Amino acid sequence: MDLFIQLTLTGLTNGAILSLAALGFVLIYKSSDVINFAQGEFLLIGAYVLFSMIVQFHLPWTIGLVITLLVAVAIGVLVERLVLRPLIGEPIISVIMATIGLSSLLRAIVSTIWGNQPRAFPPFIPSKPVHILGATVGADRLWAIGIAVLMLVLFNLFFTRSKEGIAMRAVADDQQAAMSMGISVKRIFAWAWSIAAVTAAIGGALVANIVGVGPELAGFGLRVFPVVILGGLDSIPGAIIGGLIIGLLEAYVGGYIGMGLNQVISFVVLIIILMVRPYGLFGQEIIERV
Amino acid sequence: MLSLNNVEVIYNKVILVLKGMSMQVPQGKIVGLLGANGAGKTTTLKAISGLLKPEDGEVTDGSIEFLGEPIHNRDPEEIVRMGIFQVMEGRRVFEHLTVEENLIAGAYTRHGRGSLSQDLEMVYTYFPRLKERYKQVAGYLSGGEQQMLAIGRALMAHPKLMLLDEPSLGLAPLLVQEIFEIVQRINKEQGTTILLVEQNANLTLQVADYAYIMESGRIVLEGTPEELKENADVREFYLGLTEVGKRKSYRDVKHYKRRKRWLS
Repeated sequence: MDLFIQLTLTGLTNGAILSLAALGFVLIYKSSDVINFAQGEFLLIGAYVLFSMIVQFHLPWTIGLVITLLVAVAIGVLVERLVLRPLIGEPIISVIMATIGLSSLLRAIVSTIWGNQPRAFPPFIPSKPVHILGATVGADRLWAIGIAVLMLVLFNLFFTRSKEGIAMRAVADDQQAAMSMGISVKRIFAWAWSIAAVTAAIGGALVANIVGVGPELAGFGLRVFPVVILGGLDSIPGAIIGGLIIGLLEAYVGGYIGMGLNQVISFVVLIIILMVRPYGLFGQEIIERV
Repeated sequence: MLSLNNVEVIYNKVILVLKGMSMQVPQGKIVGLLGANGAGKTTTLKAISGLLKPEDGEVTDGSIEFLGEPIHNRDPEEIVRMGIFQVMEGRRVFEHLTVEENLIAGAYTRHGRGSLSQDLEMVYTYFPRLKERYKQVAGYLSGGEQQMLAIGRALMAHPKLMLLDEPSLGLAPLLVQEIFEIVQRINKEQGTTILLVEQNANLTLQVADYAYIMESGRIVLEGTPEELKENADVREFYLGLTEVGKRKSYRDVKHYKRRKRWLS
């Protein structure tokens, strides 16, 4: 029983972080139909920038985090300006290819600046053990869950209450009609990529706090795919619930079966989902009036 | 208020769609633009609202002026901010957004939140049916309700000039009548100038103050509805009448092949 609770908590933490990374991914897909292969690198950059701020510039972590988020916004805007805008009117597949290029580029930049050695991260969130129902977890993991939940609530409010959020969904629905009401599609894309970079940076900071920084953090980008396919590529609640399910699944399989199966199980799920429910658990079905 | 002078539009750098199109829309009026499929009506509207660019269309000659300023080849968002709002053909509501969110999206270019609830109330007084369904997802509204939503969305932006592209498309005659009446009320009560593109000549000539008839990329005929209704060609080709109230027999329809006077 203790093991079960332990695994559940671990799974929820990993799941929460996966959800954050998936959220940015879904956002980009929703507003522009682009699959962003550079999502993992956004996470990587977030973690490394925060690492630099705290370790190399000796800033308090609050200020460091704010700067990290600003850097993430800047990356989003730059990507829109330099990668997306020249590709307006080109087929979506070209843009997707460009994101693959972007991911290698970002990874190269990161290894040039920070090198390839994994490094320890000074924990900015207290990690002293907490006892819950007989299991012991680091407080940092609970924080990760809390922050992820908070982000999700904020996102939900943003999309249903704010003008920009509604405009973003409008662009996702019908780009031309959105333009006809004066919504600037370029601006919405910049918003979407910035927010995606910000969520990824927060996710990166949380992972780094738990396991340290290293180039392998970018692997989260790949692990996002089963999550979004499971939840539905264009569904924000899907990203969250998909993230938690995959996180838990990996933890249980790793704990009870082991043998490295936890690395593959999510991809097995991905294939099964694609066979039985290709739009995912919460994906948008096409509305048809009869 | 709006004037098009000899506008030429080319798609994909080869296809000439508008061939010297000229028309005037005076402030506060309802102007009708009639024509068959492929005459260039929608292209005209898109040239005005700036929506040609994403479709690889371009105004290559002539000028479009709004309130004395040239607006051709400007970005659509700029043109909306200047006060021109196009209600696109086929309604184009945001299907996955609720009715109210659709309306909020329409108010995107307006600043300040305070007036938002007031504007929503204003739209709901014109279209009470939208109020009943304000939380419903727009994709599941009926066609008539979607058209109302599309017009309501335009109202949210308080445009000086509203471009309506075939609001009667695919709607029952009774609903079309209702929508045209509301359009007339909007014109009178809000002072919104309206450019109405239609295939339904009969109804358009009822509500318009002035009308243009378009064929293969240019204006071929213009006048007040009274003048146009008297014109023999309009009666025959657009209103389907030979004598008042009498429907054409098949034998007369065969005369359709007769060349129109204005083309000769």
